Amino acid sequence: MTPRRVAIIGYGMAGARLADQIRRHDPTGRQVSVTMVGAEPHPGYNRILLSNVVAGSMGIEDVLLHQRDWAERNAVDLRLGVSAIGLDTGSRQVRLTGGSTVDYDDLVLATGSTPWIPPVQGLLDDRGSLAEGVVAFRDLNDCRQILDSAPVGTPVAVIGGGLLGLEAARGLTGRGNPVTVVHQVGHLMERQLDPQAGAVLARVLRDTGIEFRLGRTAAKYSVGKGLELDDGSTVEAGLVVVSAGTRPASELASAAGLDVERGVLIDDELRTSDPHVRAIGDCARHPGTVSGLVQPAWEQAAVLADLLTGAEPSSRYLGTQVVTRLKTRGIDLATMGEVHVDTDCTDAEVVRLEDPARGRYAKIVLRDDLVTGAIVLGSPDAAATITQLHDRGIPAPTDRMALLLGRALPSGVESAGVEADPAALPASTLICRCNTVDKGRLVTAWRSGARSVEDLVTATRASTGCGGCKAAVGSLCEWLTDQTPTPAENPRSWAAT
Amino acid sequence: MTTPLLREHRDAPLRPVSWDTALDHVASRLAELREQHGADSVGVFGGGGLTNEKAYQLGKFARVALGTSQVDYNGRFCMSSAAAAGIKAFGMDRGMPFPVSDVAQADAVLLIGANVAETMPPFMRHVLPAARSGGLIVIDPRRTPTAEQASLHLQPAPGTDLALALGMLHAVVADGHLDHRYLADRTSGFDQVWRIAAAWWPERVERVTGVAAADQRAAVRLLARARNAYVLTARGTEQHASGVATVSAWINLCLALGLPGRPGSGYGCLTGQGNGQGGREHGQKADQLPGYRKIDDPAARAHVAGVWGVDPDSLPGPGRSAYELLDALGTGTGPRALLVFGSNLVVSAPRAGHVAARLDALELLVVADFVLSETAAAADVVFPVTQWAEEDGTMTSLEGRVLLRQRALSAPHGVRSDLELLQGLAIRLGQPAQRFQTEAEEVFEELRRASAGGIADYSGISYDRLRAGEALHWPVPGVDHPGTPRAFLDRFAHPDGLARFQPVDHTGPAEPPDAEFPLYATTGRVLQHYQSGAQTRRVPELLAAQPEAFVEVHPDTARRAGVHDGQWAAVTSRRGQVLARVRCLPSMRLDTVFLPFHFPGAERANLITNPALDPTSRMPEFKVCAVRLAPADAEALPA
Repeated sequence: MTPRRVAIIGYGMAGARLADQIRRHDPTGRQVSVTMVGAEPHPGYNRILLSNVVAGSMGIEDVLLHQRDWAERNAVDLRLGVSAIGLDTGSRQVRLTGGSTVDYDDLVLATGSTPWIPPVQGLLDDRGSLAEGVVAFRDLNDCRQILDSAPVGTPVAVIGGGLLGLEAARGLTGRGNPVTVVHQVGHLMERQLDPQAGAVLARVLRDTGIEFRLGRTAAKYSVGKGLELDDGSTVEAGLVVVSAGTRPASELASAAGLDVERGVLIDDELRTSDPHVRAIGDCARHPGTVSGLVQPAWEQAAVLADLLTGAEPSSRYLGTQVVTRLKTRGIDLATMGEVHVDTDCTDAEVVRLEDPARGRYAKIVLRDDLVTGAIVLGSPDAAATITQLHDRGIPAPTDRMALLLGRALPSGVESAGVEADPAALPASTLICRCNTVDKGRLVTAWRSGARSVEDLVTATRASTGCGGCKAAVGSLCEWLTDQTPTPAENPRSWAAT
Repeated sequence: MTTPLLREHRDAPLRPVSWDTALDHVASRLAELREQHGADSVGVFGGGGLTNEKAYQLGKFARVALGTSQVDYNGRFCMSSAAAAGIKAFGMDRGMPFPVSDVAQADAVLLIGANVAETMPPFMRHVLPAARSGGLIVIDPRRTPTAEQASLHLQPAPGTDLALALGMLHAVVADGHLDHRYLADRTSGFDQVWRIAAAWWPERVERVTGVAAADQRAAVRLLARARNAYVLTARGTEQHASGVATVSAWINLCLALGLPGRPGSGYGCLTGQGNGQGGREHGQKADQLPGYRKIDDPAARAHVAGVWGVDPDSLPGPGRSAYELLDALGTGTGPRALLVFGSNLVVSAPRAGHVAARLDALELLVVADFVLSETAAAADVVFPVTQWAEEDGTMTSLEGRVLLRQRALSAPHGVRSDLELLQGLAIRLGQPAQRFQTEAEEVFEELRRASAGGIADYSGISYDRLRAGEALHWPVPGVDHPGTPRAFLDRFAHPDGLARFQPVDHTGPAEPPDAEFPLYATTGRVLQHYQSGAQTRRVPELLAAQPEAFVEVHPDTARRAGVHDGQWAAVTSRRGQVLARVRCLPSMRLDTVFLPFHFPGAERANLITNPALDPTSRMPEFKVCAVRLAPADAEALPA
């Protein structure tokens, strides 16, 4: 059997994942031969971890997706440092820079996206490239450039208060750069946050040293002067990081005549308008998801590997329920689903808790007991629980407030701590778990004549297991001694004191 | 029980007979079956509660007197995943390669799937110092009594521990806690492991496990900042179809933090049964010979055959693992007779309804026990054997220390030891009596020789040394050797002396919940009962404290299922249904129910468990399966 020839254009998180998944089903390449084309000279890397590189907690080697010998060990024909510049769907051939070609049975576009540069004077040079002192926050080179051109202490302006812009800003403050975020909307992360949550987040980030210019647009950048805004003010900046959104990299598809509309259009089998061409990740547009995040890309890669290897021919991609997490030290934010619904909504149940001074905000939107949207800031374990309810369609618990507050509730069994006041404990309080002895049994034993710790232990076996309740039995014994009315009736009580 | 029992045919009742009658009957039936269908038509099933001497003798009896390869034991259902992972990582499996008392010196302890407050109460003493200093971390889907003592309780969905371990390993690297020097000096294979863990950043892990990313980082921080730290696993994280990979992932975490093989820190597995450690070292396992030797290793075969005085070629090869053995009973290719020692399979095996049916399909079921367990009650012949206070023998504790248990009482008239039973059968099967000694000390002397040079080398241990009070942890390769309380301090047991990171990835439970079976079920122990409950359900105080099966469930989940606290409910999986009384607990996860596995009949939790097996350890997936919860039918209720 001749292996099916699969060519993957793009060695980013989507393409690399697809190759991994294909090799999981077909380890030796008997069914599927894989050719992978990567424009950058090094293995693909984990974009999620780039803010760690900026912050200095990880090196570049740490974020590479594969070991250097990965392609060899996994029978992958890897072409690094070349790009696809032409696609002939008729002869099923891709032309690469340098003149080589790749023939395919199935082509997968995983070309990702490119940063969108807002039309601000001075961001681009005469040739249309980013001007000196301006960098996008997108790839490993950008990270290198940020690290090289913004030594600790250099003020940095970040254009864009979305998820990636904020992660970049936090990474930079983490390594000691003063950062100002310029965001043209009145609150941060407006796609994922309501205005109240955006305000709480800004407050939390301000405490870490980030400054904000919200509702402001950058007007002009000039080296040495910094970034001028639309209100005439200037933000001091030795470096401008642009994180104002991305555009799907779909030029190859457009030029080949595939249907493209804000991304290469794909169906549930990740198929483009040409049956032999598929697309996954940021370059693709499926009706069931938003792009720009890794999770849809990985889910698409898993489905496509099922289909291309024949491991699961009925596998389909039906969209992704996206949860957005701000991944930055000390700040815990999760948002999902419909977030722009407020407590006055009549057809949905909305519960909200705000504690802006302590950086906490939580809102859940429910329909028929199911969580359809949530924003959880500053309450990590509540976020974890709510995310699982949302992901898996588990009905929310009736105690909504407890859900928003988080932290597991204690179990039903009351057990006595060492410091517990023996008098205050109900008789059913378990004192010795190992021997199932509650306070009531110890009291009964006392009344039946066990008037010392040793006697109580003999009578009930309390504290003879793990020994953890020894102190509790002791204080209970003291308390019982004190309860006894007169020394005459109980000579041991004064003898003991 | 004080007299052997025998039934004439399958439908006849068990009635008392003499030892000779019972032994003659069993030996002649076994000989017949062997004659007609070959040696593998007889199977042997042992237990982790047997002394080292009995475990050793049972393996020898199977291989020599019966000539069968079909021998395995219930430890396969217990520590086998941790054992396999330990061997892969360190080259040797000793549950705790350090004395248990060392744990009390640590300021951080991570317990994973270990509810020691109920399953091993005295052990709590060793973790309380860490708890008091804010360093006890417990990972368990339930808020167990152990978790209640913890400074930090991580509550993952059942079957997602491996993802959690990967997330924590990611946090070790991302937050700067990686021990680079230890990695370079004492380990190999980290880079490949990191490529996997790099894809499991804590926020992604949170979505799979339900454990907050911040809590994953906090747990790692506690371990990394501790002066001394231990990571200990138990059945909750091991009894999975991916159990070996899961334990490997925990060991990877320990290695990244530089814990194993360092004085005062390390990784250990909390052994379950009384002799869980020794029981897995001396040859009652399908693939193993005494001294933790491999049965397919020619040198090991030659050595052990030499001690036994038989031709190495006469020893059978590896046989079926425990569940596969049970699944094959009475099928034509599997054994037609089974001898069971120290195990109550009808209650404790996974997919228990099916296992009971396989036992029913046997031509001969023989059980040795000291109580009439549910399995004994289903047998054709039952032998009453001595219990712990009535016999001598050694046990190897969870820390690899060999303990001598000396006889304290005489057995009642009519009761014999397992060693006497094995000799009685061996003689009738044509073996010389002296090949199957009946005095534990003499058997131990032989075990010493058989284990000499093996991984679990007992050759330097003697009853005299133990009687004199020496604390001997194996390996003890010579009579002058002081034992090895702390292994791995200089080197790990692989030829290059390095510990090996294992590249493992999360796959999830074999049977995830779906629309038909929307909940996870997990099983475990309660404080009052032990294993199948065959012994503890006979103690009135214990039975009064926990008289029946129960199912712990979140009040909201109970309400949606239409069941109420205190009511009987049916918990149903693809394999069967178990009845249990509802206990509503607000600390339960909404998606999970818990059942104890100690109860018989319709209350057997193992009626629903999943026998999906780990590819390496052949451990069944006891700890997670998909179920639904509903009110129980009135007529189905237990009397």
